[in-house]
Amino acid sequence: MITVMSAQSKRHNRTEPIAFFILGLFTLIIVSPVIFILVYILINGIGAITWDFLTQMPSMAGKAGGIFPAIIGTFYLMLGTLLCALPIGMFAALYLTEYARQNRLVKIINLTIVNLAGVPSIVYGLFGLGFFVLTMNIGMSVLAAILTLSCQALAMMIASSREAIVAVPREYGEASLALGSTKWQTIRHIVLPQSMPGIITGAVLAISRAAGETAPILTVGAAFYLPALPQSPFDQFMALAYHLYTVAANVPGISKTTIWGVALVLIAVVLIFDIGAIIIRMKARQRRHE
Amino acid sequence: MQDHTIISKAHYRAGLRVREKVIELFILCNGILVVAVLIGILVMLLIEGIPAFSQTSVWDFFTGTKWYPVSNPPTFGIFTFFISTIVVTVIATILAIPLGVGSAIYLAEIAKPKIRETVKPLIELLAGIPSIVMGVIGLALVTTVVREAFNLNTGLCGLTAGIMLAFMSVPIVVSISEDALSTVPKEFREASYALGATKWQTIIHVCVPAALSGITAAIMLGIGRAIGETMTVLMVAGGAIALNFSPLEPMRPMTAVIAAEINNAVRGGAQYHALFAIGLALFILTFFVNFAADQVLERQRRKFAR
Repeated sequence: MITVMSAQSKRHNRTEPIAFFILGLFTLIIVSPVIFILVYILINGIGAITWDFLTQMPSMAGKAGGIFPAIIGTFYLMLGTLLCALPIGMFAALYLTEYARQNRLVKIINLTIVNLAGVPSIVYGLFGLGFFVLTMNIGMSVLAAILTLSCQALAMMIASSREAIVAVPREYGEASLALGSTKWQTIRHIVLPQSMPGIITGAVLAISRAAGETAPILTVGAAFYLPALPQSPFDQFMALAYHLYTVAANVPGISKTTIWGVALVLIAVVLIFDIGAIIIRMKARQRRHE
Repeated sequence: MQDHTIISKAHYRAGLRVREKVIELFILCNGILVVAVLIGILVMLLIEGIPAFSQTSVWDFFTGTKWYPVSNPPTFGIFTFFISTIVVTVIATILAIPLGVGSAIYLAEIAKPKIRETVKPLIELLAGIPSIVMGVIGLALVTTVVREAFNLNTGLCGLTAGIMLAFMSVPIVVSISEDALSTVPKEFREASYALGATKWQTIIHVCVPAALSGITAAIMLGIGRAIGETMTVLMVAGGAIALNFSPLEPMRPMTAVIAAEINNAVRGGAQYHALFAIGLALFILTFFVNFAADQVLERQRRKFAR
C-alpha cells in the first residue's frame, strides 16, 4: 500500500511542474501578442507621425495629407458619448442600488444590461440607422453616431457605476440618514462623491471602447473621405476607426506607413484613456486604504 | 436656511418631500430607459426585418444558399453565412477555451502576485484593442502565416478569422473564469491539502469543479463575443459567398454581410430588409447565449454566497 502511494505521488510530482508550465505558457501566449501588436504598430507607424499628419486635412482619398478631421471626429464621438451615456448610466445604477426594491423591474433591468453588453456591434449600427437616422430623421450625422454609441456604452456605464456605488460602506449613508438628511441629500453629498472615482473609471473605459468602434458608426454617418470638420451635429464626419478601415481595406496603392500611422494614432487614443482609467482607479484605491 | 424664517418648517418639509418624489421618479425613468433601449433594438429589427419574409419564406431564408441581393428577382438565403459564423466561432472557441481557462487557473491559483498584477492589466489592454486594429493586424500578419503554413492561395479564410476572434474573446473568458475561481472558499483548498492532495490535484479535483458554472458562463460569453464580432471577420475571413465547411476556404459570417452591404442597400428595399433580418437572427442568437450565460453565472454566485 505504501509503495503504491509513493509511486502515485512520484507520478504526481512529475505531473505538477509540467501542468504548471503549460498553464504558464498559455498565459504567455495570450499576453505576448498584446505587447507584440503594440510594438509592431509603433515601429511601423511612427514614421508617418508628423505635425502635419496630425493637423492637416487629408487629400487624395487619404493617400496624402493628414488625418485631422478623423482625430476631431473621434474626439466629438467620445465627448458626446460621455455626456449622453454617463448620466443615464449613473442614474440607472442609482435606481438599481439605492431606490429599487428587489422587484421584477430590477430583474428585468439586470437581464437587459447583460444582453445589451452582448448585442453585436453591427446590430447597434442597424438600430442606429433604422431609429436615429431614419425614424427620428436625424440623418447620417455626428449626433446619430453619438446616440448609437451611447446605447452601446450604456451597459458598461451602468455595470461600473453600480460596482462603485455598492462599494461605498453602508455606514456612511446610514450616518447621513440618521442626521436627518433625505435620501437624495445622502446620495448627492455622500454616496456619489464617494463612488465618483469608480464611476469615472468606468466612464473613461467606456468612451475609450467607443473610440475604437467601427461597425456601429459606419452605418450612421461616418464618412469614407471628407476633408472638412463637421460644422453642426447634423453633419457627416470622419473618425479614426472608420478611417483605418477605409485606408486598410478600400484605398488601393496607399503606403503601408500611412495605414500603420492611422492605427498608431487610434491605438494611442484608446490606450491613453485606458491607462488613465487604470491610474484613476489605483489612486482611488490608495486613498481608501489610507 | 433663509427659507426657515420665511415659510414654515412644515412647508419646507413638504417641499423636500415633493423634491424627493420628483427625483425618485426621474431616476426610475433612467432605469426604464435602459430597458427601452433593448426593446427598441428588438422592435426596430422586427419592423425592418419582418418584411424580408414577405418575398422569401422563413425556411428559404435560413436554409437557402444563394444570396443574390441585386438580381431581378433577388434571392436571399443566409445558410452559407450562418455556417461561416458557426465555423469561425467554433475555431475561436476551441482555441479560447484552453488558453482562457488555463490562464485563469494560472492567474488565480499558481501565479505569484507580482506576475498576476502585471498580466491582468495586459489582458485588459488586449480586450481594449479595437476590433478594426485586430483586423488590420490579421490582414497584415496572420493571413501570411496561415497561407504559408497550409500552403493556400490566400490566407483570408475561416481559420484566420477564428484565430483573431480567439484573441478577442479570450480576455472575457479569462476574467470571468478567474472571478469564479476566486469565489471558491479557502476552506475547500485547505481541506484538500489536509487530505494529502497536491496543489495540482486540488486545482483539478476541487477548485475547477467548484467554479465550473462560472467557467462555463465565461466560455459562453466568449462565444457570444465571437458571434457578434464584425470588423475583424469582415477584413480577414475572405468574404466568399459559396457554401463550404472548410476553415481553410474564404468565408463570410453574418456580421460581415451586414457591414459590407448595408451602405449600398436601397433603404426600404428588399436587400435592406434582408440585412435587418440577418441582424434579427444575430440578435436572437446572442440574446440566448448571453441569457443562458447569465443564468449559469447566477448559479455560481449563489453557490458560495455568504
